[in-house]
Amino acid sequence: MSLNHWLGAVLVISGLPFFFLGTLGLLRFPDVYTRLHALAKSDNVALGFVCLGLAVYSGSLITGLKLLLIWLLMLVASAAGASLIGRTALARGIKPWGV
Amino acid sequence: MGGVVLVFDVLLAAALIWLAWQATHTPGLFRAVISFIIFGLLMALAWVRLEAPDIALAEAAIGAGATGALLLSALGRLAVTDEAGTPWQERADLTFWIPAGLALLGLLTLAAWYLPSPGLGQEVQASLPDSGVQNPVTAVLLNFRAFDTLLEIGVLLLATIAIWSLGPMPMPGAQAIISPVLPALGRILFPMFALVSIYLLWRGSHAPGGAFSAGAVIGAGGILSILAGARPWLTGSAYGPWRVLLSLGLSAMLAVALGVIVLGQPFFAYPTHLAGTIVLLLELAAGLSIAMSLVALYLAGQPPTHWDGESLRQ
Repeated sequence: MSLNHWLGAVLVISGLPFFFLGTLGLLRFPDVYTRLHALAKSDNVALGFVCLGLAVYSGSLITGLKLLLIWLLMLVASAAGASLIGRTALARGIKPWGV
Repeated sequence: MGGVVLVFDVLLAAALIWLAWQATHTPGLFRAVISFIIFGLLMALAWVRLEAPDIALAEAAIGAGATGALLLSALGRLAVTDEAGTPWQERADLTFWIPAGLALLGLLTLAAWYLPSPGLGQEVQASLPDSGVQNPVTAVLLNFRAFDTLLEIGVLLLATIAIWSLGPMPMPGAQAIISPVLPALGRILFPMFALVSIYLLWRGSHAPGGAFSAGAVIGAGGILSILAGARPWLTGSAYGPWRVLLSLGLSAMLAVALGVIVLGQPFFAYPTHLAGTIVLLLELAAGLSIAMSLVALYLAGQPPTHWDGESLRQ
């Protein structure tokens, strides 16, 4: 195991707690808005760590750029999805928790 | 490492069975459709595990993507139904369907058992240098068994014609939520769909990819654009001859099949030195037709020849 393998593994493993906390939020938070809040933020950070770790692990610039593109696409998709789900929920008259 | 992979495979298989059950038995159609889409994505993963990346691409793009979009759009046009059970949940049905399912499973196992082994893989590999491409799947689809692909493209065209002849395209009602996000998403992502699609088409000559996955990706981009409020300008003279693209694949394949006879070859047998070019051109034509057909099927009817107003959503 060379240095970039170790560094890559550490970065990928650093992403896992964020996935875990996002999933915990999805399961435990009381309504759709707080769940979106938990998922859309933590999953993006987690995937960022995983992609960065895999890019370092591969040690190739082209692979790194592809992983960066995957992460950016996920950012766009999760932001758009969260916004659309939130707007739909509001339009259907679902009251935010505690309001 | 082998143990971890085995655990993954068992989890994957169990999740597939559970999702299949959910898709057919869950109360509430929305949940059923979402289960079906996730089933398609995991099925693609299962094909990857079975080392069939071509089928995985097709399953992800058509099974999960295009069919999922069709089911969701059908769901959006249905009146709000009761979230109670479907007729499938009646216990009496199970006494028929469980034995029927087991019998089907037994027949399929028997069929798989008697499959000729090792199949035709070695013959394909032996003739690969004459096919003009390096990917055996593309060689089979567009050269050795191009006749089958001709019929498949024909079926897609027939399905489009049949759906359009059923009546005009149902117009979406007032948009439930006015959001700038969806049109912006369509604008940002469409070039990406086009790029991936061209890449898949080009890649098809030497690696998994090709006309079907490329067409499905660009078709999904078109469906996203229509969801975002774009007008499908497939009919009418004012918007140019885009409709021709629907039949381009079939006509190109027929032209090649008959054209090689002029060159002194049998029906659909490409001259070896031209095979690579012919396969690439046919992939391009077929990919465009598949993309247009998927968009046309999604419209669920013939789009109007004239559009009033700026976009569907206004």
